[in-house]
Amino acid sequence: MTVANPQPPSPSKPPQPNPQPNYIAKRKEQSKFEKLMARAPVHIAVISISVLWTLPTFGLLISSFRPAEALTSSGWWTVFANPLEFTQFTLSNYQDVLNAGMGQAFLNSLVISVPATVIPIAIATFAAYALAWMEFPGRQAIFIVTVGLLVVPLQMTLIPILRAYNVLGISSTFLAVWLAHAAYGLPLGVYLLRNYIGSLPRDLIEVAAVDGASSWNVFSRIIVPLSMPAIASFAVFQFLWVWNDLLVALVYLGGNQDVAPVTLVLRNIVGDRGQDWFLLTAGAFISMLVPMAVFFALQRYFVRGLLAGSVKG
Amino acid sequence: MDNLSLILKALLAILIGSFGVVGIFYGLNLLVEKFLPERAREKVLPWVYVGPAMLLLTAYLVLPTIRTSYLSFFSNNSTTFVGLKNYIFVLTAPDTLLTFRNNLLWLVLVTGISVALGLVIAVLIDRVKYESVAKSLIFLPMAISFVGASVIWRFIYAYRPAGAEQIGVLNAIATSLGFEPIGWLVNPAINNFALIAIMIWLQTGFCMVLLSSAVKGVPDDVLEAARVDGANEIQIFWRIIIPMIMPTVMVVATTVVVLVLKVFDIVFVMTGGNLGTDVIASRMIREMFNFRNYGRGSAIAVILLIAVIPVMVANIRRFRQQELNR
Repeated sequence: MTVANPQPPSPSKPPQPNPQPNYIAKRKEQSKFEKLMARAPVHIAVISISVLWTLPTFGLLISSFRPAEALTSSGWWTVFANPLEFTQFTLSNYQDVLNAGMGQAFLNSLVISVPATVIPIAIATFAAYALAWMEFPGRQAIFIVTVGLLVVPLQMTLIPILRAYNVLGISSTFLAVWLAHAAYGLPLGVYLLRNYIGSLPRDLIEVAAVDGASSWNVFSRIIVPLSMPAIASFAVFQFLWVWNDLLVALVYLGGNQDVAPVTLVLRNIVGDRGQDWFLLTAGAFISMLVPMAVFFALQRYFVRGLLAGSVKG
Repeated sequence: MDNLSLILKALLAILIGSFGVVGIFYGLNLLVEKFLPERAREKVLPWVYVGPAMLLLTAYLVLPTIRTSYLSFFSNNSTTFVGLKNYIFVLTAPDTLLTFRNNLLWLVLVTGISVALGLVIAVLIDRVKYESVAKSLIFLPMAISFVGASVIWRFIYAYRPAGAEQIGVLNAIATSLGFEPIGWLVNPAINNFALIAIMIWLQTGFCMVLLSSAVKGVPDDVLEAARVDGANEIQIFWRIIIPMIMPTVMVVATTVVVLVLKVFDIVFVMTGGNLGTDVIASRMIREMFNFRNYGRGSAIAVILLIAVIPVMVANIRRFRQQELNR
């Protein structure tokens, strides 16, 4: 991972007052039509890229509602020959794939992702507070090591941890993936939050301390509420990362189908029944449902997280 | 087991996992505040707060990294010391050399194309009113898992023998233009590019979003001044926008490089690393699980680590600089 622009985003950025570039005003004398023609290439480029980028997902969505035999005998675009013919759509693919293990996998993904997001948030926020506002020997060194760990490839850790899990007998458990994801997410979390919490006004924290508030109270009443934007960014980031992860689940959950998340089940369908398009299309969509919802609802925070810390290892 | 009890069990697991950790902190904090004298409290409390993070980082990242480096000098089951044998194998065997070539191809093409495309889109998208909608659409693949994306693209690359009706978009276009259908994923001349295209599709949105905010940061009056001086939009792009956002371009590019270096899921799902498409990270997993060779697997991981060390050093440097400026 690379570290971008470390300033925490200011919570209340003033709105940009001038959305229209000045040069448009200067060309006022041109007619509306001329202006449109002059900018047509820009519109064509932007619209065609947007369409091109959406088409793959859109094709999959349409396909997931088509009956199994139609899927393998004609392209998804043929539905537009008579788009109002609703009998060409069906929900049975979804039913089938849910019964083929996707339903259980969806629950497993939730059970994995929610704690694997909450645990590193809690641990990282406490650590960030201590690193930013408490005096103790070695705090700078700890933080520098954390920054260094940002880019360590997960692959470096797989073999020793898998062996340790086998000795401890916790491989193929939720606990194993919770802790692994929490640890892999921590460097980013500590980095983002310590930068944000470190930039909170000193007065605020000192006044509270003078008033006799304990560290716990300063933390829970002042630090946490004020850091919500940064916490939300990290949460969205970590949640999407965990939900979409295949590597960690593959290695630490092994072949245990009872705890497998959607990504692992989907990959198994590709491997075992790669020609069963009705299962693949619906399965892929089920796996994408939650991240897409999170993405659309919380895009703002996701982008802020990206801007502040870029992607994680 | 019926569905309701399954859902209840899931809920319970979520609650235990989530609140457990907060409970641990609360309990530790309470212990310190109740049983330690004031002076000791101030000394101990920071470690209570920072301790769990240090514990996890040490147990899951620091120690395993050292251990893997150590294991890379041992035989497949880690019993015999073999010196540099694993490294020599990884750096000379034809099929591991192929993974290096493929990774290089991935690095150059994914980084080059997604950064360049992201930059062009960022500049263009700034000029249309439906900017936020277009951005969301291009950015959306970021929310899709590599596995999900692989399924989406498997469908696009779907192959049917000539004569049969094509169900994949690309071969439908190819055959309607009079060509033979192409085995996008099996033809060794093109399958790597087919996989690389997926990564470009996934990463361009990321580059676009980061670069877009940098492009918006270029002051309007600088652009205006250039226009008054008679610069056209192309000149403005090359001579003003690019130099001004160069730091962001570098950050975005290194981020993509680090990500691509570790690309694993797409290859693993689409081809399993067969047909000449193996990359370093998928090869490592194959050494671990298929060949049970932990020595070679570790050596490959160490090579990955060495490849990202320059980025690590740059990050630490930048961080120190930023601390000095605080």
